[in-house]
Amino acid sequence: MQKKVFQILVDNTSGVLSRIAGLFSRRGYNIESITAGVTAQPQYTRITIVTSGDDEILDQIEKQVAKLEDVKDIKELEPDKSVYRELAMVKVRCSAQERQNVISIADIFRGKIIDVSTDCLMVEITGNQEKVDAFVKLLDGYEILELARTGIAALVRGSEDVVYLP
Amino acid sequence: MNGADILVKCLEEEKVEVVFGYPGVAIAPFYNSILDSSIQTVLVRTEQNAAHAASGMFRVSGKVGVCAVTSGPGATNLITGIATAFADSIPMVCITGQVSSDLLGSDVFQEADITGAVESFVKYSYLVRDVDDIPRIMKEAFYIANSGRRGPVLVDVPIDIQNATVKSFKYPESVKLRTYKPTVKGNMVQIKKVAAELLKAEKPLIVAGGGVLIGRARKELLKFAQKFHIPVVTTMMGKGSMPSDDELFFGMIGNNGHPYANRAMRECDLLLMVGARVADRSVNQPDITVTNKVLVHIDVDPAEIGKNVGPHIPLVGDCRSIFNDLMEAEACGDHKEWIKTLKGWKKEGTTKKKSSAKFIDPVKFIEELTEKMPHKAIYVADVGQNQIWSCRYAKIKGGDFLTSGGMGTMGYSIPAAMGAKYAHMDREVIAVCGDGSFQMSQMELATMRQHGLKSKVIVLKNDYLGMVRQYQHFTYEDRYSVVDLSGSPDLEKLAAAYDMPFFRVQDPKKMSEQIDAFLSSDEACLMEVVIDPMDLV
Repeated sequence: MQKKVFQILVDNTSGVLSRIAGLFSRRGYNIESITAGVTAQPQYTRITIVTSGDDEILDQIEKQVAKLEDVKDIKELEPDKSVYRELAMVKVRCSAQERQNVISIADIFRGKIIDVSTDCLMVEITGNQEKVDAFVKLLDGYEILELARTGIAALVRGSEDVVYLP
Repeated sequence: MNGADILVKCLEEEKVEVVFGYPGVAIAPFYNSILDSSIQTVLVRTEQNAAHAASGMFRVSGKVGVCAVTSGPGATNLITGIATAFADSIPMVCITGQVSSDLLGSDVFQEADITGAVESFVKYSYLVRDVDDIPRIMKEAFYIANSGRRGPVLVDVPIDIQNATVKSFKYPESVKLRTYKPTVKGNMVQIKKVAAELLKAEKPLIVAGGGVLIGRARKELLKFAQKFHIPVVTTMMGKGSMPSDDELFFGMIGNNGHPYANRAMRECDLLLMVGARVADRSVNQPDITVTNKVLVHIDVDPAEIGKNVGPHIPLVGDCRSIFNDLMEAEACGDHKEWIKTLKGWKKEGTTKKKSSAKFIDPVKFIEELTEKMPHKAIYVADVGQNQIWSCRYAKIKGGDFLTSGGMGTMGYSIPAAMGAKYAHMDREVIAVCGDGSFQMSQMELATMRQHGLKSKVIVLKNDYLGMVRQYQHFTYEDRYSVVDLSGSPDLEKLAAAYDMPFFRVQDPKKMSEQIDAFLSSDEACLMEVVIDPMDLV
């Protein structure tokens, strides 16, 4: 089993996300995370899927997705040639005394404090999934009231592999 | 013991007595295990009818019906039946065989992604991945199907899971569902508001929908209406919730209903909408339910409230529980004037049309048939002109009236009647269809014969798809397209082929005696009623 990140460029039509997700569930493929958002050309949507499987499954995923009518392009975003980012918002319960500690941890991760109240803090953190995991792990001694993770968005580095949208 | 044995044991735990279905390789382990159980199996002649039979059984017994079919085409054939149940909020548990887990997604023989395909027609679905999950899943399936707003649940079981060995079986006593918590009991604050409105109202009216029947609240409705002297009209799906000879009953609303019932709905000052969706066919202008009146909308599904019309008092909960709570309210006036007015409208609204000597008038036929049907008889209407005549003119005094309302699925009546018969072998069950809908399910005459089911079938024969012909008459000025049913079989010969007594009624003078003969037969029999092909509803 290995993990792969796919970038899928699709027609921005209603129901397209459900078609892609439906293909994954129908064929029993994993989805670890999925994000979707409009591209600079509003007629296209970029979907980033993190999935896992053996080589044959991953090959099938690529081919089956490519076959869908709404899909313009699918390609793997290889870790060494791409940048992955995930945004997480973490609401941590902490007293006034504990507050500084949490802020220090957030600082190390270049997190931002985006909300403060008497008994809790909200931290925004951006990075690859490992970084978000590490941050959450460091908060072990604190009560995490709420955690929201976006799943990853990713782009290939440089201009060579860009898929130009008409 | 294997997964298939466990599935059967779960059905036994749920006190399932009969399974409707159609076997195939992917469901073969299940049908092998069921041989060792006392659960009866019924081989329908096409899968869709397994779901209709399960539906008919629930509607008269209150017990969740079960069907079991094979993978691929077996499962996809079931879909229309599932969608029909979903549209009418009928609970059922559908078990489908599936190809082996390791082959899922590889397009092997008879593989269909049935959980994906039925997504929009089921209340919930499961694809079983681990044999040890079967007891929990089955417990949940029955619970989800038969609680809250009821509906079909599908359980897809790959063949390797059915064949997997298990050491022991323990059926869970309760379900633990984190996210599904339907509201049963009505909010007391809202109930008090309704009670206050009851005191003020001068012209109250209850619209009873299918929810009253599905929620098994007929007795409660009658008691409530009688205590507070509130007249009752029904939707098509609510037909039968109030005895049609009760003096508080004023017919059916909707495009196809009685004008006096619609008028009552327009002119009342307090409208209690119970277990009804305010759907397009029953209320084509939802505004009238709130104009110059107070609308109380009682439904177990909070999403139905406010979907088509915004009520003054929303009340979420099971209608039986709510009727019981409302019974505690202070008695109000007797609404004598209002009831008298409604009776006047009802009288005016009953017009007789000219009768023909050549054909049977379906109105007279249905009126006389239902007048003469034994107490507690079950009338199953199909879809088409026959359905409209049935809804409007069938008198349901102590029995049941079943039809496919939401989906309007042709061919519903014969299999649903079979299911009803399984629920109540002692009650007369009659399926009334047109010659179009009959031919969509006529293969089930074999099922009836095989299992000795004495449900009866009436075909209103006009050699047309009458409802569509009527539509083309009005909309396309008699340009008839693809509605001619010539080529249909000779029903007398067909009845003979299935060893069924046959009755043909064409002469109005002989109609009464033929109805008597048909009703006094103690066998499954077929009656052909020849009606005017140009008749309109």
